[in-house]
Amino acid sequence: MHPGIIFFLVILGSVLFHIFTPWYWTDIASNWGGMDDTITLTFWVGGGVFVAVCLFMTYCVFKFSYKENRKAEYKPEDKKLEKILTWATTLGVIALLAPGLIIWNQYVTVPKNALEVDVMAWQWGWQYRLPGKDGKLGTTQVININDENPFGINLDDPYGKDDVMIQSDAINLENNRPVKILLRSVDVLHNWYVPQFRAKMDAVPGVVTFYWFEPNKTGEYEVLCAEYCGVGHYAMRGSVLVQNEQDYATWLGEQETFSDLIAKQQNLVIGDTKLAKK
Amino acid sequence: MSDEYDNNKSYQAQSSETMGGSAPASPDMDYVRPAETPDQELYHGHSFITKWVFCQDAKVIGVQYFLTAVFTGIVGLILSWLMRLQLGFPGAAGFMTAEHYYQFVTMHGMIMVVYFLTALFLGGFGNYLIPLMVGARDMVFPYVNMISFWMFFIAVAVLMASFFVPGGPTGAGWTLYPPQTILPGTPGAGMGILLMLVSLSLFVIGFTMGGLNYLITILQARTRGMTLMRMPLTVWGIFTATVLAMLAFPALLVSAIMMTLDKILGTSFFMPTILQAGEVLEYGGGSPILFQHLFWFFGHPEVYIVALPAFGIVSDLISVHSRKNIFGYRMMVWAIVGIGALSFFVWAHHMYVSGMNPWFGFFFATTTLIIAVPTAMKVYNWILTLWRGNIRLNTVMLWCLGFIVTFVNGGITGIFLGNVSVDVPLSDTYFVIAHFHMVMGIAPLMVIMGAVYHWFPLVSGKFLDEKLGKWHFWLTFLGAYSIYFPMHYLGFIGVPRRYFEMYDSPYMTSAVGMNEFISMAAFIVGAAQFILIYNIIRTLKVGKKAGQNPWKANSLEWLTSTVPPEHGNFGERLPVVHRWPYDFSVPGAKDDFITQTTPPSEVVHTEVEKT
Repeated sequence: MHPGIIFFLVILGSVLFHIFTPWYWTDIASNWGGMDDTITLTFWVGGGVFVAVCLFMTYCVFKFSYKENRKAEYKPEDKKLEKILTWATTLGVIALLAPGLIIWNQYVTVPKNALEVDVMAWQWGWQYRLPGKDGKLGTTQVININDENPFGINLDDPYGKDDVMIQSDAINLENNRPVKILLRSVDVLHNWYVPQFRAKMDAVPGVVTFYWFEPNKTGEYEVLCAEYCGVGHYAMRGSVLVQNEQDYATWLGEQETFSDLIAKQQNLVIGDTKLAKK
Repeated sequence: MSDEYDNNKSYQAQSSETMGGSAPASPDMDYVRPAETPDQELYHGHSFITKWVFCQDAKVIGVQYFLTAVFTGIVGLILSWLMRLQLGFPGAAGFMTAEHYYQFVTMHGMIMVVYFLTALFLGGFGNYLIPLMVGARDMVFPYVNMISFWMFFIAVAVLMASFFVPGGPTGAGWTLYPPQTILPGTPGAGMGILLMLVSLSLFVIGFTMGGLNYLITILQARTRGMTLMRMPLTVWGIFTATVLAMLAFPALLVSAIMMTLDKILGTSFFMPTILQAGEVLEYGGGSPILFQHLFWFFGHPEVYIVALPAFGIVSDLISVHSRKNIFGYRMMVWAIVGIGALSFFVWAHHMYVSGMNPWFGFFFATTTLIIAVPTAMKVYNWILTLWRGNIRLNTVMLWCLGFIVTFVNGGITGIFLGNVSVDVPLSDTYFVIAHFHMVMGIAPLMVIMGAVYHWFPLVSGKFLDEKLGKWHFWLTFLGAYSIYFPMHYLGFIGVPRRYFEMYDSPYMTSAVGMNEFISMAAFIVGAAQFILIYNIIRTLKVGKKAGQNPWKANSLEWLTSTVPPEHGNFGERLPVVHRWPYDFSVPGAKDDFITQTTPPSEVVHTEVEKT
């Protein structure tokens, strides 16, 4: 078989695979549709270039394969053609970069009304903290973390007392309300990633990183750790339940705050002393 | 001692001279500046040890680099089989724990990028081809060159030793991101990581010795008439890649040293306050992101350290086997240099979601996409070289065509990942794996294979078998393409990389069949590489004799006094260069090629352009 036929079939196969693939992105459940749109645009432009270049190559292979009496063209340069190609490529690149940067600008600009969620990661698990009635999260430090203070909240920070603590890898979010994910790690790099939300960012020990999104479809989603974090990386899962306003309010009301936890522990301590006296 | 320096090559300054002496007394148009320095004194080994082991001949050193790199490549290949076995058929290899899996992933990555591709292109092809192609007798510092190889050899030995120490090799991922790299949650966080860091340091030291040789040889030891703009693109690619290596590897070296100190002395360059197993460790104040900046300041140029020699080599192969000059030579040279320079301003596109200041994203996305322009120009020029050529569809050309397809494919997916906000959903998924394997795994490998089939007749004097070569090519190309093309779509459905297994994740269950298919293809592609080894062994025994300049090429490596070239390369007199190496199919010329040493007076009746 002529090699050109096989190359042609490879190109054709790639295009058909792309059109008929049963594997494509999960249904989006956040505001980041623009990312999907930019990917689609890049597929059209980039895919077009790929097909054009490879078809041209295949054509040459058919048309100009070796013949004893053929003489190849002798033409070291073609400044005009090179200029046209340079500018056409530059335009194509700008067309792809522009939407990319516009969406990135949105990605790094968090809406004012976003709900802050503290996502704390460790080897290998997640837990979450939401601001209490004051709407602010208390500050934290790794060295404060212990059984009585699982999030390491600074005890002298008044904002911390009413923080809602969710000591579980599952969290609920309110539909159509922007969320600012504040990522924190106590040991190594992690990354709180839900494929349907499209967004992600590493959690880095020593600093607080962030990203935001607005869930727009109720349902339960799986959280994956998307930054290698040691041998348990693949098992570091969690879940998110996106609920409507009412259900979310009910769920939030059932959660424990930091002061609840402190009170409970003091009761325990008192119970212990009573026990000791008997 | 039977070894000796010989100094009997005559030093003759002449106003002009021609190779071969077939031309009559040359007119002034053939003038080439007189020689200004005497010939290089060479150390000729005569014993087995000085000729083949501790050898100072760049060609032998090149082969030594090549063989050592291929050995590491086979280790990397076997590791990839084991990984694919686990991913396609979980539990099929009974011994495979998550620890093993991550160790294999890490060693596969590091071996393939540094010890295989870098060493093969620069150490292997660089050593063999640079002196031959620029018309030098050897590298300018042959002794340092020898030490360079042996440092590399020790680095490989140390790396391989880490498979046998308690705890095994490091399983930190080839990027070695702290803090996990040196903490007990990662396999091989004891001896394994230390040996890896030592090995990398040795590699950088050895490589610097080799790299200085390549640069100075190209800048100072070119033969008369070999201007920079008459050098084959192979030399331009290797030269620029070596400049990048000299500037980028120090970043790797310092980060390896700093991490070693963090590990051994408890310093905190990269280590913040860390809580492990309920205890606060004695670290504090360090920055994990600093390591990532240092690593990628090395790591991104590293991609081009592999890619630029491939660009250069493939340009030469396409030109020779299309019987046509490379289209837009000057553009090609400036594209190589431009890509090399730009590659130092794009490193943080590996870190869009690393937690660095997100405003960096704007800068690095822009620089990254700017690189696409010179890269695209190179692709256009390759296919325009084919246009109206006279294309020999031999094995060498097939590898080149395979390179174009896989490189364009991988280049396009690079535009997805470089475009900051598109990177957000795709980073750390299988899309990334597919992208970089296509663009810096398979594409450069295609060039390596093409180069092996192209230059084997020079190295051994015999042709590799074409039929076996074509089997090797089609199995490798079609197989590798069917591994990595569908793999992109795993990334779209959200499958993260570096997962030992996926359990029953809804993301994964839909792709079980695809994973099995990819694994099967990986086994076949891996096995197909042994066709080449068989081909080489068979050819050395019963291969067809190649003779001088079997491809009818123009560049100097084919114009040596003997085939294979002896130590010193060019016999009594060094060649004198009168033109670029791409004068193929010049109208009016007797043959379809005019070698670089052909003086203008011999081709006055042709339409050859001045170069």
